[in-house]
Amino acid sequence: MNKTDTQDGSKRVSRINRFFLDLHDVFLFVVRIFKEAFLPPYEFKEIVKQCFEVGVKSLPLISLTGFITGIVFVNQSRPSLSEFGAVSWLPSLIAIAIVRALAPLVTSLIAAGKVGSNIGAELGSMNVTEQIDAMEVSATNPFKFLVVSRVIATTTMIPLLTVYTTMLALLGGFINIHQNEATSFQTYFTQVFNTVTFTDVFASLTKSVVFGFTIGAVGCYKGFHSSKGTEGVGKAANTSVVLSMFLIFIEELLSLQIVMALIS
Amino acid sequence: MKRKANIDTSDKVISIRGLKKSFGSLTVLRGVDLDIYKGENLVVLGRSGTGKSVLIKIISGLLKADEGSVKVLGQEVGELSAKELDALRLKIGFSFQNSALYDSMTVYENLEFPLIRNVRNLTRKEIDLAIEEALEDVGLSQTIRQMPSQLSGGQRKRIGIARTLILKPEIMLYDEPTAGLDPITSGEINNLINQVQEQHNTTSIIITHDLTCAKTTGDRVAMLLDGQFQRQGTFEEVFASDEERVKQFYEYNFID
Repeated sequence: MNKTDTQDGSKRVSRINRFFLDLHDVFLFVVRIFKEAFLPPYEFKEIVKQCFEVGVKSLPLISLTGFITGIVFVNQSRPSLSEFGAVSWLPSLIAIAIVRALAPLVTSLIAAGKVGSNIGAELGSMNVTEQIDAMEVSATNPFKFLVVSRVIATTTMIPLLTVYTTMLALLGGFINIHQNEATSFQTYFTQVFNTVTFTDVFASLTKSVVFGFTIGAVGCYKGFHSSKGTEGVGKAANTSVVLSMFLIFIEELLSLQIVMALIS
Repeated sequence: MKRKANIDTSDKVISIRGLKKSFGSLTVLRGVDLDIYKGENLVVLGRSGTGKSVLIKIISGLLKADEGSVKVLGQEVGELSAKELDALRLKIGFSFQNSALYDSMTVYENLEFPLIRNVRNLTRKEIDLAIEEALEDVGLSQTIRQMPSQLSGGQRKRIGIARTLILKPEIMLYDEPTAGLDPITSGEINNLINQVQEQHNTTSIIITHDLTCAKTTGDRVAMLLDGQFQRQGTFEEVFASDEERVKQFYEYNFID
């Protein structure tokens, strides 16, 4: 083995070591979130403020995306169903697709882009400008005030936004179906509610809770541990979005396996 | 010039022995010994990267020392629980290099933040009064509704100091209070540091490499070289040295 091989080998080992050290840090960070979330004092005012930031301020973007998702999904599905003379199944198809997968996924991905990057950049910037240190020296626990409040906000608001997206996507689907197939409002929604099961709704909401926690925890972790300098802030915002989206897809895949196992 | 301060040399407020701190392979503090007395303004001079800011971050508990003893108001900082450290921090005011004002809050909210979180059962009238007083102390009452982004560098520094003063600390730690400011604004900040000492009888550590600031505010000057305090005394005593690095420090500051 020559010198270059040895150097490459040790680099790989140190990279693996760093990966496991990072993983250990993330684990401790998540454990601390749970620990501090349940211990007093509670930052109710900050949690409400963050819920407003995450929930209310995301409404315009989520509304538009949800509505368009419903319209586009119906448009794309119609040709395939009409080949088999099954256009009347459109409401059932859209109900299953939206409730089980599209609404939680679309909501979380939009929130990862908007809220995740916002949290990463905000905390990163606070870290760089010593605002987090200033909070600590004024005897305020910055982890509880900044991290826990944001993670609680994303974990509670993403499921609510998912319900909202579901309704708007179903409405978008109805408008498309009503225009093309002249299906009435009552017929459409009767078919939708007959198709969707309790397991579907429960799985959708559970997934949204997990996705929301992921967005908040990743954004806070990256922001809280951003390196000094403006480059660190940009990197924190960017990696918050990329890592959140990546983890959301992994979690979606895992939850799909669990739901399929439950249904079967 | 600085007026003679009321220093009580029998009352050690901060006592440091054998303090060591490293970051990876880089050792910044190599056995620092220091005593600071009640009512004293101590200026810590040194080149960038010599561990001046690290020293006050260890005093305030933001960083942990690798070795040595740091006693603040009789309490060993490294051995305090989180609760005890928070209680001690209420007696320490920390003015950060970049002011560290909370960007998303107005000046009023910045000053209100430490107050409502640490002093219980205050009425709205009492909070307003304390904020007005703190802003009057720094001469910036008119900025109360402004956002930090609307303030100049000097105003931000003053508001940062007002935010620390609102809890009436016994110790003030200033990290580069005049960095990035023009000479006139720097002079105003130096006067403010002296005014804080006189009005509130605070004990202060002023970290700087600005010799005008050191001369104007310091009762005692300590020079950090090679991770240790090599020279201590009055401004004149410290700079009456033949050592090349001390002379260089003086010459590059263009002081008369």
